[in-house]
Amino acid sequence: MDGKRCGAKLSVQPSRGLMDEKFTVLVQNVLPGFQLTVGAFHKCEGGYGWEAFAHYTANATGTVNVSEDPSLGGTYSGVEPMGLMWSLRPVPGSKSGLRMRKMDVQTPMVVMISVYQGHLTGGFVDQLPLAGVAVERWYMAPGVRRIPITEGGLTATLFLPSGPGPFPALLDLWGGGGKLVEYRAALLASHGFAALALDYLTPQITRETGKMVDNDYFETAYRVLEQHPQIIGSRIAMLGLSFGTSLTLRMAVYSQVMKLRCAVCISGSHVQPIGGSLQQIMSYFKDNAGKARVNEEEQVIWRDLLLPIPTDPSLKVDVGRLRCPLLVVVGEDDQNWPADESAMDMKAMMQRAGNDHLLTVLSYPNAGHLIEPPFTPFARASVFKTMGKAPQTFMALWGGEVVAHSVAQEDAWRKTLSFLRQNLYGGSHPGAETSSHLHPASC
Amino acid sequence: MLRHAGCLSSARGALWSVYFKTLLRVPDHQTGRRRSSTMSRAALPVLSVVPSRALVDEAFRVAVQNLPPSSPVTLHSLHRSEDEDLWEAFGHYVSDSRGTVSVAEDFSFGGTYTGKEAMGLLWSMSPVPGSRKGLRLRKKNVCVPQLVNISVYGGHVEEGFGERVPLASTLTERWHMGPGVRRVEIREKGVRGTLFIPPGPGPFPGMLDMWGGGGGLLEYRAALLASRGYASLALEYFGADELKTADKELNYFETAFNIVSGHPQVIPDRVGIFGLSLGSLMAIYLAAESSVIEPRCCVCVSGCHHYPRGKNLQALIENLFGNSKLRVDEHNREIWRDMFLPIPEDLSEKLDVGRINCPMLLVNGCDDQNGPTVECAEDMAHMMRAAGKEHLLTRIEYPDAGHLIEPPYSPHAKATKFIKNGRREAVIVLWGGQTKPHADAQEDSWSKILAFLQEHLYSTQNPKAKM
Repeated sequence: MDGKRCGAKLSVQPSRGLMDEKFTVLVQNVLPGFQLTVGAFHKCEGGYGWEAFAHYTANATGTVNVSEDPSLGGTYSGVEPMGLMWSLRPVPGSKSGLRMRKMDVQTPMVVMISVYQGHLTGGFVDQLPLAGVAVERWYMAPGVRRIPITEGGLTATLFLPSGPGPFPALLDLWGGGGKLVEYRAALLASHGFAALALDYLTPQITRETGKMVDNDYFETAYRVLEQHPQIIGSRIAMLGLSFGTSLTLRMAVYSQVMKLRCAVCISGSHVQPIGGSLQQIMSYFKDNAGKARVNEEEQVIWRDLLLPIPTDPSLKVDVGRLRCPLLVVVGEDDQNWPADESAMDMKAMMQRAGNDHLLTVLSYPNAGHLIEPPFTPFARASVFKTMGKAPQTFMALWGGEVVAHSVAQEDAWRKTLSFLRQNLYGGSHPGAETSSHLHPASC
Repeated sequence: MLRHAGCLSSARGALWSVYFKTLLRVPDHQTGRRRSSTMSRAALPVLSVVPSRALVDEAFRVAVQNLPPSSPVTLHSLHRSEDEDLWEAFGHYVSDSRGTVSVAEDFSFGGTYTGKEAMGLLWSMSPVPGSRKGLRLRKKNVCVPQLVNISVYGGHVEEGFGERVPLASTLTERWHMGPGVRRVEIREKGVRGTLFIPPGPGPFPGMLDMWGGGGGLLEYRAALLASRGYASLALEYFGADELKTADKELNYFETAFNIVSGHPQVIPDRVGIFGLSLGSLMAIYLAAESSVIEPRCCVCVSGCHHYPRGKNLQALIENLFGNSKLRVDEHNREIWRDMFLPIPEDLSEKLDVGRINCPMLLVNGCDDQNGPTVECAEDMAHMMRAAGKEHLLTRIEYPDAGHLIEPPYSPHAKATKFIKNGRREAVIVLWGGQTKPHADAQEDSWSKILAFLQEHLYSTQNPKAKM
């Protein structure tokens, strides 16, 4: 047997991690100065192959540590501990416009990490690796419970953290693509927040009646959380991305029922006709559809639909009336929504109203629209299907540059968790009198 | 009463459901109290265990945040074994000025372990009060993880954890099988065992893995070795009908060894042997006496080299029963070590270790009450020195460690039930060791064992070149 082939030892720690956990990839037992390629391979639920790879040179002890050593080239370069995850892209020959989204969160994402001799740029399928390990990436931590919710006509999934509780909670909203997307809620529950993933564009009730839901749908969702025996009714927040931001701001400011402890708005805007129904918001967008642009790659840019930011107060959520802390996350290269301009306008409105101490804006240069949990593979554009009676399918340009966007995802998530912990787990309720009450020790 | 609602389709979900319903009962009046208005102002403790899913030989970090400063709390672990026994451990901590407790960094002031012990919540586990006697924790189904519940309670609690409501609680998974490890049942050429193959294309170095005289088929160490890169065969060898004569015995083990070395994903000249107790004896037997197979190296934990010629394993064991040197201590626990003393001088009573030609790692506990393993290691060293083979031998001896030196963080089995005389008699056998030193020995020996295996089975250097 070839002694060199037996030599290389590959380990990835942890071999079973949460999706937002870092891992350490270590190659040992090769010759000093040995040139090798580390590759990551994944077959997604849609059956498509994804790959990432990087070139390394072993040091004097015959070791490569991906967390510490620079990649000399590949799908990422430089020192990037998690580059093998966020730089994953469809294998050559795949159809265009793919976006990786895990729909079944009860099973892990399995990634094969392999080491090859030499600095390879492709043809991995035909090469025999020196070593390979399987790595599991989970959205659900052990003990997290997944509970489908249909009461009150909702189409939702509740994720409860491990333990007896009770827990603070949040409503988790995605954007205009609809469907019941669970992975971020599952991950939030893995961090101690009961999270309700809510389908509000394509719920059962809309699919049956053809009618869009309205404000009361969200208030019902809030009530379900508030009344749950394992949820602390006074500690409920809301988090929305893209169109989910529109709903989050609307409910945070105008709902009489929802008393949100805090809110998180990612890649969205406060621009919408207020006082009307959800259907009316959709119509407003449709009326502005003429402002959509198409670039040379035939990718559709929607950011201009809501520009310029209106001065008419009936077309913007009055964020000056907000009473809870708000975290706004913006990708400055967002080509789908004018998140940057909206954040600036919200800030100005809150400054005028004197409640801007509640606002935190995280603005990321060269990040795009889809600011997802960390290490999610970057998609600058992908196939998008609109809702409604005559759905269209086209290539939506989200924007962003892969490295900057991946950095933004990691940083925004960390700060989002910190914001949620502070407001949902922390001591005194901001805005209320400070309290030094201890947690009632029930022993 | 807490309700468990909704569908959990996975087996793990079902296991958690059992835990949740039966172990963490929240009395109604306390649930009501927790939802009072003070909840809206107080900080909620946050408990974390990282990583939440790990191999059994990996350390975790347990931390609590958001406690009041200088606050006494108890960290508690709970596990329901496959036999439905409950095991627990706990440590008493005081939060720092930021309201944080970090088990890896802070001092435990009391409980089942004290001092700075990152993994004390695992290795100091013992059966809960009222449990059956003589229990030993051994994973049978390695395809699913061990589930351990970690909780934090207010105050320094000594007992009655089941009746109290924790401040926070989280579940952690401890695995013997890493992702991608394949499990293959072996029933071939009369050999019975389970082969675990690491993930990846291979080929891999191999291992023959043997436990002791308790018999049966225990897969967990072989699964862990495969998770560390060695295609490992957990061998069932004791109590089998095949093992009636001495000759056939050697043949059984040689056949097993060849099944490993002949496997398409195993490198034929890089197969080692790992044994504990009686399994160590078999490892030494193969290394010294076989003319058919050549192990690349051997790991022998808690082994002796006594072997009366012409006798088979069954006779060997039977010789121990009714032996006048069998002692019992004040708790009626059997001490077997004296039955093997003195170490025979006569070569017809022990294996000729001078004939060994491969590196040997001997791991022993100085407080081994089951066998005089340190004395045997001394005698083996003497014999190998006389044959000019001493350079092949590495001895590690741990003060106050006992006989059952298991993978890291396993609870210390000091005295457990042992079934003998063809399952007609159950006694409590004293294995020895003090818990903390024994736990340290398990942790240290495992990393030394892995380093030894790496050097002899993975290294590109030819160890024979050193001779």
